[in-house]
Amino acid sequence: MNYPENLKYTKEHEWAKADGPAVLVGITDFAQDSLGDVVYVELPPVGKELLAGKEFGVVESVKSVSSLFAPINGTVVEANSALEGNPALINTSPYAEGWIVKVKPANPADLNGLLSATEYQKTLS
Amino acid sequence: MNRDKLIFEKSVPGAVGFSLPDLDVPPEEIEKLVPPELIRSDLNLPELSELDVVRHFTRLSQKNVSVDTHFYPLGSCTMKYNPKVNEEAANLPGFTGIHPLQDEKEIQGILALLYDFERSLCSIFGYEAFTLQPAAGAHGELTALMMIKEYHRSRGKGARSKVIIPDSSHGTNPASVAIVGYEPVVIRSNGRGNIDVAALKSALGTDTAALMLTNPNTLGLFDEHILEVAELVHKAGGLLYYDGANANANLGICRPADLGFDVAHFNLHKTFSTPHGGGGPGAGPVGVNKKLVPFLPTPRIVKKGKKYKFSSNVSPKSIGRVHPFHGNINVIIKAYAYIRSLGGEGLKKASEQAVENANYMMNRLKEYYWLPYDRPCQHEFVLSAKWQKEKYGVKALDIAKRLIDYGFHPPTIYFPLIVEESLMIEPTESESRATIDEFCDAMISIAKECEVSPELVKNAPQTTPVKRLDEAKAARELNLRWLQEPLK
Repeated sequence: MNYPENLKYTKEHEWAKADGPAVLVGITDFAQDSLGDVVYVELPPVGKELLAGKEFGVVESVKSVSSLFAPINGTVVEANSALEGNPALINTSPYAEGWIVKVKPANPADLNGLLSATEYQKTLS
Repeated sequence: MNRDKLIFEKSVPGAVGFSLPDLDVPPEEIEKLVPPELIRSDLNLPELSELDVVRHFTRLSQKNVSVDTHFYPLGSCTMKYNPKVNEEAANLPGFTGIHPLQDEKEIQGILALLYDFERSLCSIFGYEAFTLQPAAGAHGELTALMMIKEYHRSRGKGARSKVIIPDSSHGTNPASVAIVGYEPVVIRSNGRGNIDVAALKSALGTDTAALMLTNPNTLGLFDEHILEVAELVHKAGGLLYYDGANANANLGICRPADLGFDVAHFNLHKTFSTPHGGGGPGAGPVGVNKKLVPFLPTPRIVKKGKKYKFSSNVSPKSIGRVHPFHGNINVIIKAYAYIRSLGGEGLKKASEQAVENANYMMNRLKEYYWLPYDRPCQHEFVLSAKWQKEKYGVKALDIAKRLIDYGFHPPTIYFPLIVEESLMIEPTESESRATIDEFCDAMISIAKECEVSPELVKNAPQTTPVKRLDEAKAARELNLRWLQEPLK
C-alpha cells in the first residue's frame, strides 16, 4: 500500500494536495483497495460549497456505497469528468488520474491541519 | 464459455409446440379484426416444440441453488428453510379464493387468523398491539418512524430531529430515518461489539427522537448494556426502536418490549420461516407499547363478541393506511402456520438450536479465520479473512467463490461494514450436525488452500458453467436484453 509523503490525509481516507492556488482531493490507496472495483462516482457540481467533514459525493463499488467527505472548507472548481466514463481510475491510479475534485480552499492554511502520511498510516493499524 | 444456449438461439423457424384442429369457420384477415396500431411483426418470439421448451426450462431450474438443494450460510437474512406445511396452509381454498373487498361477514376466517396472529405476536414479543400492514422489514421501519414522529409531534415539546444508529446497523435504518425527514446520527461500537455507552451519552440530547438498535446486532452479539442503553435514551426523552432482523435468536428467551424497546418491526421470513428472496412479497409487522398504540395505522381488526370487523375509527392520532388493503396476507398465513406448528416451546427450541449451531461453527472455525469479537455469539457470527489477505493475498470474496466449488452457497461477505474482509455466517435452526460439519470442513480446507495454493482460491469457482464474473462490468453495463443478429 502506497501513501505519498507529499500529500495530506484525513482519517476518513481522503487525500488532499495543493495544486497552485487550488487543492486536489481523492481517496487513498487503502480506501480503493477496501472498496474493491469502483463502478460509479457521484461528483458534486462546480460551485458547490464544501464543509470539512461533511459529505460531498458518493463512491460506489461492487461491494458497497460509501460517502466522500470534504477534507477542508472550500468551493468545487472542477470535478474529474474522466471518472464518469472510467470510474476504475480510482483503483488503478488513486493519487493521479483518479483524483475526484479540485477545490478552491476557503483558507489555504487549512491543509496544514490534516494528517501527514505517517500519521494517516497510524490510523490504519 | 461453456453455457447453455438461450431459448432464442435454439429457435427453429416453423417449429411449433401445438397442433390445432382444422379450421371449420371461414377465415378472417387479422387486419380486419385488430386495429393496425396493435399489430406487431417485430416480436421475434422463439419457435420450438413442446419437448424442447420443457427441456430448456427444466435444465435451467436444475442450475438453481436453493435452500431445498444446498446449505445456505446466508441464513435467515436471505431465506431459511420454509416448512412445506406453511405452503399447504396458505394454499387452502378458503384463503386463496377470497378477495379483500368482500363483505366482512364472508371473510370471518381470515379476520380471525389475522386477529389471532396479532395476539400471538404480542405474546411472543411483549407488545400491546401490532399492525400487520407493512409489506417488508424496511416498510416496517418507515411505519414505526412515522409513528415515532407523530408521537413527538403530539407531545409538542420542541423539535426532535435526530435518530441515533450504531455503526453495526443495517443500511435500511439510516435510509428510513432520512425518508421521514429525521437526521441519522451514527455512533461507534466498542471492542466487544456493544454500543459504546460513552458515545451514546454524548450523542443523546433534547433533539434525540429515537435510538434504532438491532439486538442481537449484525455481529450476532447481544448488547451487554441494553438496560442501561434503554434507560439513557428514555431519560433523554427519546424512544427505543427495535430492528427485529435478528429476533429469531431470542424467541421465548427474552422479549424486546421487556428490554425497554417501545416499538419494533419483525421480518416474517427471518423470524417465522416465510419465503423470501427473488422479489416475492414480504411482511414486516410493527409492534408498539401503550405509548404508541394511538398512532397505529388503520384500519385495525377488532373483535366484538364473536365477530371480527375492520375499524378505521379507533384513534384520531393514527398515521392512517400504509398499505392497500390489509398487508401481504398470504405471507402472514405461512408465518401463522409456523407459529402454530411449533408452539411456544417449539419456537424457543428453534432459537436455542440456531444459537447452538452458530456457536459450534464459530468455535470450529476460529482457529482458521480471525474472529474479531471472540465471545459467545447468538444465531450468527462474523469471521474475517484478514489473516488470509495479509499473508496470502486471498480476500473474503475469493473464499466465498471457492465455497461454490465445494457445493455450498457462499455466506454474506463485506457486511457488517465494521469488520474488514468479513464473512458473516448464519446456519439457522434447521441444519443437521452432519451438514454443519461438512461446511466447516470445507472452510478449513479452503484456509489450507490459501496457504499452499492461493491461486486456486483466487481463480475460483472452477466447477460452474460461468467462472469468475467481471462484477464491475456487470454493474456498469447491465445488459439483460437479447437481440437477434441481423439475418444474413
